[in-house]
Amino acid sequence: MIEFEGVTKRYPDGTVAVDDLSLTVETGQITVFVGPSGCGKTTALRMINRMIEPTSGRILIDGDDITTRPEAQLRREIGYVIQGAGLFPHRTVLDNVATVPILKGVSRRDARSSALGLLERVGLTADLGDRYPAQLSGGQQQRVGVARALAADPPVLLMDEPFSAVDPVVRDDLQQELLRLQGELGKTIVLVTHDIDEAIRLGDKVAVLANGARPAQFAPPADILASPADDFVASLVGRDRGFRGLSFADGNEIPLKTIDHGVDGLTLEVDADGRPLGWRGPDGLLPTEGSFRDGANLRTVADLAILSPAGAAVRVDAEGRADGLVLLEDLAGNVRSQQRERLAALATSNSNGEAG
Amino acid sequence: MSDLWSYLATNGGDVLTALVQHIWLALLPVAIAFVLSLPLGALVHRYVPVRHIALTTGSVVYTVPSLALLLLLPGILGTSVLDPLNVVVALTLYSLALLVRTTADGLDAVDPTVLQAATAMGYRPVRRWFAVQLPLAMPVILTGLRVATVANVSMVSIAALVGIGGLGQLFTRGFQLGFYLPPIVLGLVLSVTLAVIADVLIVVLQRGLTPWSRAGAR
Ligand SMILES: Nc1ncnc2c1ncn2[C@@H]1O[C@H](COP(=O)(O)OP(=O)(O)OP(=O)(O)O)[C@@H](O)[C@H]1O
Ligand SMILES: [Mg+2]
Repeated sequence: MIEFEGVTKRYPDGTVAVDDLSLTVETGQITVFVGPSGCGKTTALRMINRMIEPTSGRILIDGDDITTRPEAQLRREIGYVIQGAGLFPHRTVLDNVATVPILKGVSRRDARSSALGLLERVGLTADLGDRYPAQLSGGQQQRVGVARALAADPPVLLMDEPFSAVDPVVRDDLQQELLRLQGELGKTIVLVTHDIDEAIRLGDKVAVLANGARPAQFAPPADILASPADDFVASLVGRDRGFRGLSFADGNEIPLKTIDHGVDGLTLEVDADGRPLGWRGPDGLLPTEGSFRDGANLRTVADLAILSPAGAAVRVDAEGRADGLVLLEDLAGNVRSQQRERLAALATSNSNGEAG
Repeated sequence: MSDLWSYLATNGGDVLTALVQHIWLALLPVAIAFVLSLPLGALVHRYVPVRHIALTTGSVVYTVPSLALLLLLPGILGTSVLDPLNVVVALTLYSLALLVRTTADGLDAVDPTVLQAATAMGYRPVRRWFAVQLPLAMPVILTGLRVATVANVSMVSIAALVGIGGLGQLFTRGFQLGFYLPPIVLGLVLSVTLAVIADVLIVVLQRGLTPWSRAGAR
């Protein structure tokens, strides 16, 4: 757990980058700081590893004031990833990754051999280990940056716009990879970004920060989409927040219809193995436009239902055999009741908050 | 050509002495200046006021003609005019003027985000200096070293004008003998060869020390 207690940072020129920030980052979760340029995200983040000292207030990690430990020692327990990776150009990939373990006294040999394992963990092949950073693509460099931050197995990871310097396709890969890694590792991650979509995708909780790192809203992404706290948050979240919010709902919650359920004169046709072929009707065979599997989110299911000529998304099992249909009207009913529940819950917690 | 060989046959010992002395007089100042330029360059890199003072001083030193400096130094140092120390001091000053600047430039050129990453990883300042800053500044520093070394090898010849050894003696000998070519050609060939060898050695050193600086430029 990382606690900001009334933390303020005033730079020598008078700029108040962080103004009386109080906020708690939960252990084992990804907490995202998102906000417009210059709102104080980086300053807030860097105070956690004492790259920047607060003007007032204090920061606790697991209950201990961070100023009670020597800076260098504290930093070796906190992984740090920055935009563009910031790799050492004069060291090979393996030596870059081995940096912090070596600083902590591990022999170079041991550090390098565990670095090799880490490369695979972040999706790189071992043969890249002997290259210099300049011989890698931007996306590969960023992966090495993540491996380097993880090398000493720190409980806390700080990431400052880690994926901003790569193109959208690579960014998507890296985000997915981070979620997969986090599923295995369960680190306490604080990630800074100005990209609200990235925040929503990666965050267990998202702090939307206004100027001076003032938290305009600090909530799980689904809640931010469902009910932005104010106009600032709403404008940052942007369009289509209802539809985007569906990605946090489980597609399996909607009651399935059997595959022989006809819709408006259309019936699902399957091949000998039971794989969907299309919708048979008076206009011949129309395409299904795809199918979903167990574990798909509601956004995927809704998208399929909208695209389907029958207004029905086709679910398939692991072998690709159609095993159920989600109808648009069932989906609509489910979405309606979920949103109603969520807003009711938020209203209750808000009024409780105001009372207490 | 045969003159050259006969000159070498009769004066071989003197030529060798001159060559060895030339090497000493050229390389010792570079070595001293190189060692001094690392801390000085670091100060220049770090503190803006020091930078102005140092770079101005450096430029002024560079504009003093070498012959004038060689004649002035004995008065300042209290040495005799024929003391090789004058040459060493003069060339050290020139080399230093150049190397302090290139060391500072090299340090300036290091990407600050890389240094921040090093700090964030838990490097303390001294270790960070030797493990990250200095190695990253090395390509520029070594380029400066290369220029200073080659310049010194040619400048040492001037020492002969004030009566101090080195290959320059061969030139003065040739002129004294009424533009007698063999020592002049010999001096020229040897000092050029020396400069080329020094240059090649530093390039080899550069490749060995900074293999990474050519990575990615394929
Ligand atoms: N060293 C500094 N001295 C003075 N002001 C600074 C310094 N560093 C940052 N600031 C100012 O503090 C404010 C917050 O900066 P910070 O870097 O934390 O913003 P940010 O949210 O990370 O922005 P971005 O998304 O552009 O990276 C800005 O107004 C910035 O100009
Ligand atoms: Mg920033």
